[in-house]
Formats: sequence, C-alpha cells, structure tokens
Amino acid sequence: MQMSEYKPLIVAFCCNWCSYAGADLAGNNRLAYPADVKIIRVPCSCRVNPMFILRAFQRGADGVILCGCHPGDCHYTSGNYFTRRRMALLFSMLDFLGIERERTRVEWVSAAEGAKFAATMNDFVATVAALGENKRLEDLRCKR
Amino acid sequence: MQTITREQLLDKAVSLLSDGTVQAVLGWQKGEFDYDITPAVFETEDALKKNFVWNDFCGANFSKYLIERTKKIEGKILVFLKPCDTYSFNQLLTEHRFDRDKVYAVGIPCDGMIDIALVKAACGDAISSIDTSADTIQVETLYDGAKTVDKASVLAERCVVCKSKKHVAYDELLGEDGEVLDNNRFDEVARLEAMSADERFAFWQNELSRCIRCNACRDVCPACTCEKCVFGNPESGVENKAVSDSFEEKMFHIIRAFHVAGRCTDCGECSRVCPQNIPLHLLNRKFIKDINAFYGDYQAGAEVGSRAPLVDYTTEDLEPGEVFDRGGQDA
Amino acid sequence: MRKCLLTSIDAVLAQLAKAGDVYLPVDGDDGAASFKKWEEGTKWSEKLNTVRSPKDFFFPQTENLMEFKREGKNIEIIDVRDEKADFVVFGVRACDVKSFDVLDRVFLTDPVDSYYAERREHGVIMSLACTRPAETCFCGTFDIDAADPQGDVTMWKTETELFFRANTEKGEALLAKLDGVTEACDEAAVNAQQEKTRDIMKKLPLAGVSTEKFGGGKTDTYFNAPEWSELSESCLGCGTCTFVCPTCQCYDIRDFDTGNGVIRFRCWDSCMYSDFTKMAHGNNRLSQLERFRQRFMHKLVYYPENNDGLFSCVGCGRCLAKCPISMNIVKVMKKIGGSDHE
Repeated sequence: MQMSEYKPLIVAFCCNWCSYAGADLAGNNRLAYPADVKIIRVPCSCRVNPMFILRAFQRGADGVILCGCHPGDCHYTSGNYFTRRRMALLFSMLDFLGIERERTRVEWVSAAEGAKFAATMNDFVATVAALGENKRLEDLRCKR
Repeated sequence: MQTITREQLLDKAVSLLSDGTVQAVLGWQKGEFDYDITPAVFETEDALKKNFVWNDFCGANFSKYLIERTKKIEGKILVFLKPCDTYSFNQLLTEHRFDRDKVYAVGIPCDGMIDIALVKAACGDAISSIDTSADTIQVETLYDGAKTVDKASVLAERCVVCKSKKHVAYDELLGEDGEVLDNNRFDEVARLEAMSADERFAFWQNELSRCIRCNACRDVCPACTCEKCVFGNPESGVENKAVSDSFEEKMFHIIRAFHVAGRCTDCGECSRVCPQNIPLHLLNRKFIKDINAFYGDYQAGAEVGSRAPLVDYTTEDLEPGEVFDRGGQDA
Repeated sequence: MRKCLLTSIDAVLAQLAKAGDVYLPVDGDDGAASFKKWEEGTKWSEKLNTVRSPKDFFFPQTENLMEFKREGKNIEIIDVRDEKADFVVFGVRACDVKSFDVLDRVFLTDPVDSYYAERREHGVIMSLACTRPAETCFCGTFDIDAADPQGDVTMWKTETELFFRANTEKGEALLAKLDGVTEACDEAAVNAQQEKTRDIMKKLPLAGVSTEKFGGGKTDTYFNAPEWSELSESCLGCGTCTFVCPTCQCYDIRDFDTGNGVIRFRCWDSCMYSDFTKMAHGNNRLSQLERFRQRFMHKLVYYPENNDGLFSCVGCGRCLAKCPISMNIVKVMKKIGGSDHE
C-alpha cells in the first residue's frame, strides 16, 4: 500500500431504517467500499440539519454524503421529502459560494440495496479523491 | 420626497391616540441629523408632535418590534407599515409571532428610501443637512457648500429593485395602494451564478471576510425571531462570538440565510444594517430564486397562512443532484 | 519637525516598511476604508477614518492565547504568541490615538495583559491630524485636539506636503530612519492648519455635547433613570456599536476543540449580547435595558470613576454612523444629561 496516496475523508449520514441497513447488507455480502467512509447513523435523513453538513466539513471531511430511504418509503412517511428540499437548496447555496458541487451528494439507498450502497460509496470516494482536499470549507484550526 | 407627508401621518396617529383606538404609536423618531432616525414608541400627543418624523430615511421595518411590543401593551399599538413591511408583518402572523388583535396597522405608501452611504459617496463625508422634500435632494456639506443629487441615484438597492408597492396587510390605508412590480432583483444573483465557481468563491471570500460578527443582520431580520439563536447560545456547541477562521463566516452566513429560507420576504434590512457593506441580501435572494425555480413562485408574506416551501413538499420534487442543471453554472 | 512632499509618500512608506510591517487606511471595493498592510503600490485612503478602529492591532478581535495537546497522560501546553515583530500603524486619527490610552489603563495596569503589552511595545503609532472632521465627530467633547493628535509621531497633511513631529523616543528613532526621504522644516504651515481645524471643530454640529453631567460618582444618579427604558426601547441587541468602538474592551476567553487538541482563544465580546458574561451562575443582565445601560454607564460613569475622570469614549462617531437604529452615545448623553436627576 502506498502511504503517500491521498485518502479523502468522507462522512456518510445514513438513515437508520434504510441506508444504514443497506450498509449492513453490503458488509454481510462482503461488498467492498473504502474505509475512508465514516458512517454516522441518524434516525431519519431529515434529522440532518444543514449545520451537520457544514460541521463535517469543518472537522476535516472532504466530502459529505447523505443517504436515506427512497422517496415514498420513509419510515416516518415524509421525512425524506423534506430532506430533499433542504439539501437541494443547501447544495445550490454551497455551489453559489463557489464550493465544489461534487463534494456533497444525496443518494437514496434501501435496506435491500447493499450493492447500491457499496457502489455509491466507491463512486463518491473516487469523485472526491479526484477533487483533492477540501480547501474551501475548511477550518484551519482543525488542521493544526 | 414621499407622496404622503409627515403631517398626514401625524394627524392619523394623534387622532387614533386621542380617541383611544390605540395606546401607543410605533413610529420613527428624529435624530441629531436629518438621516439618523430611530424607531420609537410614542405614547403621548406631545411626544409625537415633537419627535415624530417621516422622510426618505425611514427605512426601518417595524414588523419585528411588534413581537415584543404586543406582549407589553394592554390595548392596541399603531404601527406604520410601508408596502415591503407588510410582507414581513404577514409572515410573522403566519408564524403566530404576535397578537394581531393588539395591532392597528396603517399602510402608508413609500416612494423609496435613500441610502445615506450613497449620499455621502456623492457629496462627501461631512454633511450638515439634507433636504429631501423634492426629488432633487439638496445637501448642505460642511466644506464643499451646497450640493444637489438626484434621488434616483442614491436610492437604497432594495428600493431600486422594489418588488411591490402593494400593501398586503393593513387595517387602514393612507394614500393610494400600489401594484406588485416587475423587478429585476435577481439580476445580481444571476450575474454571480454565471461566474465560474472560482470567481464565486473569490467574490464571497472577499465579501464575507469583512464580517465582524456583530449579528446586526440577524438581530434586525424580521424572520429571525428565535428566542435564543443557536449562534448566541453557549450550549449549542456552534456559538461563535467572533470570527476566528474564515469557515465561521461562511457557516454563520449560510445558516443565517438558510434558517430564513422560504420565510424571508426580501425586505433587505440585513444589507441595510451591515456596518461592513456586505451584500447579505444576495444570499437570501439566491434561496428565493432557487425556491421559485424549483418549487414554483413563492412570495413569503404575500398572504397569511401560506405554507412555506421548506415545510412543504411534493412527491415530484427535483433531486438535490439536479439543482445545478437548473440553477447555477459550473466552473 | 520634518516634512516631505505628498508625491514622495511612497518612498516614505517604503522606507518605513524596511523595518517592519506598516499598516495604513486603504479604500476597499465597498467604498469604505480599513487598515491594510502596505505593499508596493498600496494607496493611502483619503477617507476621514476607517470603519473598524485600529484597536485590532493591540487587541485583535480574536487571538489564540495557547494550545493544548494531549499525548497519553501528558498535556503539552504550546505557546502560540505571535506578537514579536515591530510594526507601524500609519495615519491614526486623534480620537483613535486617545483610545489606546483608554485601553492601556485596562490592559497595562496590574495584572498586566502580556499579550496586549507586547503588541503595544512593538507598535509605533503615526497619527494624522484632522482637517475635515465629519458631522458625526465630537472628540472635542472629550478634550481631544483633532489638530494635534498624540502618538509616537504626529503627522499633518496639507495640499502638497506631509509634516512629521516625533513625540516619543520611539517616534524619534522612527523619524531618524526617514532622514533620507524627509527634510527639516519650521512649524508655520502646521500652525496655520491647526488654527483652521480648531476653528472648524468649534462649529461642528456636535460641538456642544458636554460631559459635564457625567463622570465618577454618578452611578446612583443615573442608574435608575427612567430614560433608559425609552433609549433602549428599539435597541436590537446587536454588537455593532461595541465592535466598531475603539475603546470597548470586553472579551471572552474560550476553548476551541480542534479534534486533536484545544485552542484557547480570546475574542471580543459585547455587553449588548444576551449571553454576555453568562457564567456558571447564569446571566447577570437579563433585559436589553440593563445591557444597554451597562454600555453607556461604563463609558460615562464607571470607567471615569476608576480612571481619574477619563471617559472611555473618544468621540470618533463610529457608532453614530453604524448603529442599525441610529441610537448612540450622543443621544444618550443629551437625553440622560438633559433632564434633572437627583
């Protein structure tokens, strides 16, 4: 293994009911995805406040992905619909401020989609790795 | 100049106060100069006659004051509302932030407010008096004698792109009601969207780096009405009293704008009060522009009780990954 | 006294910059001036003053005091002081120079604030006399002579020339470095300008604002004055006045968890904020009236009481220009001082 190779730090917020179970399934099925992805389990994707995303960047994340149940399948009926609007506006705002749009993503992953979870993470890690380190939403104090 | 005169407002206030309809009047109080006007509560006819003022510097939006005022008063308070203020008024009512029965709202027409910074830029920093009784403004300076400047050239940005001369809430209207206007208030947002990501980053880095975290934008905002702001709460974990890192400027301003997204009426108070001239309204307008594009035209405060876009959804909403195709430009 | 042509100002600044960083008011693209580090080509602003006061140079809005790093059972304390190099603050107005005196009495009396002290030690102040004060200026109220500011070196700018006078040893040493780009001269031009400025000062709209009714010992007189309620009525509780003020000196010390250590920093705080001095016991000022009163009582009564009658306002007029609701110390002084109190 090359030590010098750049490894992005990815934070993945996963809803408890679908995506977190999807991650479990990926593991059970021995589907590989990079260990650079740090999963944070949330009760519902709509638990994720825009501040969570920004705080993840502040604390050193290079990319943040939010995974929830497919629209229509929310455990709480409508949580992910709200998520969808919030993140649409937030991502558009981050883009407006000149933050690279590839660093944030929302993906709907069900509990049955272990393969999709692994594929999503592989793709997201590769995308962020190509961008390099997060410089535009970094907090220099956290890099000391 | 303003079509409606101070005397008309004063007569109205005095008569409502003396016939007992209202117990107090929320109005503008004159200052040391012609332009430094303070929102004030008047309780007597004498105080009104002595200090009440109405001119081209009465930009302050009173809607937010009603939250505290209506809690303190037994009867009714008179409030003067310019067309843009009525939108904030409605939005606060939608959010059940004050008791409508305790307010007597008088709608007043507005011909646009002047930005004193623009007057000073045009006529010099030392100004002894400003006469705005005509559309050509007469400025007496301390060193360069008398100067004149066209009102149109010193109009506040928010008034240049005024969205509406129509009052959407009032108990009584003085003067004529206007119309919702065609405006180009999103032009500047569109200009930024058309830039490359690098240029946008440089633009905001430069603007936000001037922020001194005085919180004036938050505290004046009629949509920011939390009893305790996350940024002012030592328990929240995100409180930051001063900017120690450029991250904090971005965090604060993104979240500030996000928290009022869908509720912001675009009254422009945030940019008016910014001591560092940061165009904060552009962040709010970006959200409004996006909301209009993604979820259909929505004007916060246009009516009481409408459902704000961020507490609403349809099953057909676009995906977060699609926003760039419809909104901004890539690098 | 020495002088140079304004056309050779670049040479003077370049000479100064050889010995250390030079900061001067520069126009920004928003049309307002702020202190920036001089580099080749930097243009000195013609504006009367900067939006932010120069107190940042000695008492920055945020500064890291120390860092902690933990390894195993050891905690390493890292000194992160950076106030080591000499620097020049160029073009400071009389009011702002006086503000350093106000700050000194807070930070340099026992226990001495060593961060502030070291910055003061390394900083050389080159002040600039005013010629065209604005309507918001009232430094005369606090016996400040805008035509003869203090500082290590005092400067006067005429149409064509810049005059220098050293006031301290530091100033002498600095001026000596400028010998090659300045020439000796008499004081005639400066005296003429001073006379003119002093004349203007007397005619300013706020020239009549008086401190007569204020000072130490007035706490009981004004603390419960009914006017506070009306004055603070529309205060938004933002920190604009305190953050643009050259003499406001309250700060908070906090720890920032970086994830791999702790940075202890200090930052400006504002008595106008609802969480100001919210300590273990709770909050000692629960209403905006109390917070508002604190700010003005501090400047006009408490500070002079503890500092030989010196007021902690210098009449720079920043709060007059910047308060979102245009409430300010002049209005407070006129209102509170204008009515009878026991």
